[in-house]
Amino acid sequence: AGKSKVDADVLDDLEDVLISSDVGVATTIKVIDRIEERVAKDKYLGTTELNGILRDEIAGLLSEVNNGDATDFTIPQQDGPYVVMVVGVNGVGKTTTIGKLAHQFKQKGLKVVLGAGDTFRAAAVDQLQIWADRVGVEIVKQDMGSDPASVAFDTLQSAVAQNADVVLLDTAGRLHNKVNLMNELTKVKRVMQKIIPNAPHDVMLVLDGSTGQNAFEQAKQFTAATEVSSLAVTKLDGTAKGGVVIGISDQFQIPVRYIGVGEGVDDLQVFNKSEFVDSFFN
Amino acid sequence: MFDNLTDKLDKAMHVLKGHGSITEVNVADTLKEIRRALVDADVNYKIAKEFTSRAKEKALGQGVLTTLKPGQLLTKIVKDELTELMGGDVTGLNLTGNPTVILMSGLQGSGKTTFSGKLANFLKTKKSKRPLLVACDIYRPAAIDQLHVVGESVGVEVYSNREEKDPVKISEAAISHAKQNGFNVVIIDTAGRLAVDEQMMTEIANVHAAVKPQETLFVVDSMTGQDAVNTAKAFNERLNFDGVILTKLDGDTRGGAALSIKSVVDKPIKFIGTGEKMEAIDVFYPSRMADRILGM
Ligand SMILES: Nc1nc2c(ncn2[C@@H]2O[C@H](COP(=O)(O)OP(=O)(O)OP(=O)(O)O)[C@@H](O)[C@H]2O)c(=O)[nH]1
Ligand SMILES: Nc1nc2c(ncn2[C@@H]2O[C@H](COP(=O)(O)OP(=O)(O)OP(=O)(O)O)[C@@H](O)[C@H]2O)c(=O)[nH]1
Ligand SMILES: [K+]
Ligand SMILES: [Mg+2]
Ligand SMILES: [Mg+2]
Repeated sequence: AGKSKVDADVLDDLEDVLISSDVGVATTIKVIDRIEERVAKDKYLGTTELNGILRDEIAGLLSEVNNGDATDFTIPQQDGPYVVMVVGVNGVGKTTTIGKLAHQFKQKGLKVVLGAGDTFRAAAVDQLQIWADRVGVEIVKQDMGSDPASVAFDTLQSAVAQNADVVLLDTAGRLHNKVNLMNELTKVKRVMQKIIPNAPHDVMLVLDGSTGQNAFEQAKQFTAATEVSSLAVTKLDGTAKGGVVIGISDQFQIPVRYIGVGEGVDDLQVFNKSEFVDSFFN
Repeated sequence: MFDNLTDKLDKAMHVLKGHGSITEVNVADTLKEIRRALVDADVNYKIAKEFTSRAKEKALGQGVLTTLKPGQLLTKIVKDELTELMGGDVTGLNLTGNPTVILMSGLQGSGKTTFSGKLANFLKTKKSKRPLLVACDIYRPAAIDQLHVVGESVGVEVYSNREEKDPVKISEAAISHAKQNGFNVVIIDTAGRLAVDEQMMTEIANVHAAVKPQETLFVVDSMTGQDAVNTAKAFNERLNFDGVILTKLDGDTRGGAALSIKSVVDKPIKFIGTGEKMEAIDVFYPSRMADRILGM
């Protein structure tokens, strides 16, 4: 504070902000190096300019994949249902995010069908059923313990028959280092293609915003098993900053689509790059 | 990570030695590597800083400047220091209450409900107790059902009241129920909450004040990053909890949050969760956790 010129102290503070937001050492060094370069070029750079540059640099890591930032909840226009398969490790907020997303799509006048693909965790189907009732959308489910691939198959069949616009398929939470469970996910994905050849159209990986560097490994392994195509970051209503997605988005070229900011039905937002970056500095 | 680090340190110091002697500056540079490794393992960056400067003092004190294998010595010092920090007295659960009341607390999705079931099963099968599980999460969709499924799977009764919306009343009624029916441990599952949610923090503080638990446990996801210290501090300020439960250690996270939390609140880590099944519970070993954080 009070500094007008960028020196080592300022850069140190910057490093602290990034590291304490879970941005990670590698990405932080990348950002700091780029800023040092610019400082070297422009010796009279002040801290005010620095803030702008910093935001640009971070946003730059996100921007390549987050071009044309969506500002609303939309799905691409197409024939037949748009299928979103939701995956992630245990307890990150998959089921809740599906409930909130169903609400948004329904408000847009879209016909939504939920698939209760978590047949494993205690009362997982009941939880999704409550969300379906709350939001007022269809749900396809089977008994606990049944084959999730079979639930996915049923869900798509039903969605096609009902002429639905969107399918949101829930899956059981699983740690990415469990080979059998990851193979199961690949199978669930494959089965859907028997009904809709290019389904799922989106594989959304849900990351808990308070997760640290392990999120990298999550992104890597889920991508290997299911070709993740978008990210949702949850629980950003707390004090965690969710900075790890910057590195992930940069490294894996996966766009961040939504953020979760609470447990209520309205607590889902379309990801906004500059607001997200701003949240690091307040 | 740390296996490589040992090599790296040895190499770095060796090269330096060729050019004369290892200086304090060289040691500081090397410790920077260690600090980075700790931050990569999700140790809070401030704690990593403090930790490495302490390790530096030790290293200089133990003559790392003149040893033949400085990398090895440094690694050993770091590992020992880490183990000591995470250790302390191994305290089990205080089960002397009549009944003993155990209150679960933590963020959303950290593993409270699952751990409540595991703990009930552990106390029943390993400690010959008669536990009662209590459903005090009145918010999350199907939270009560979830606890009932969990309770049934381990053969432990679950007390719930779907009409009652006050967790204080539910837990008090559950304790009376336990006294009347010969249950000697009462495990209260609560809703997940954020530390910044004033209303929800007051709610659990009220439950805590009303039931005066022998054990208040803070359940934390071992994949948590830098925010772990804020959350642990805030929960501790409100509940002065007795111990920490680290869940989801069956993953491949390094779990640096364990060190951060221990440093910040100085409360023992009592159990770890190592899977979704009811048997996946283990006591906490500081030295294993140190190895894990260091990637050894
Ligand atoms: N504060 C907050 N809580 C959230 C958010 N999203 C989800 N949660 C809570 O996190 C907890 C876990 O959410 P779930 O939707 O059950 O998570 P999941 O990934 O489906 O969990 P599993 O199916 O068990 O793997 C619940 O208590 C949710 O209410 C969010 O954006 N903010
Ligand atoms: N792999 C693994 N999964 C776990 C472990 N402990 C809990 N889980 C899973 O994590 C998810 C969340 O667990 P819950 O017990 O519902 O968490 P909670 O803290 O009660 O969640 P809320 O009530 O929503 O705050 C579930 O999918 C559990 O099966 C563990 O040690 N290992
Ligand atoms: K936040
Ligand atoms: Mg779920
Ligand atoms: Mg729970």
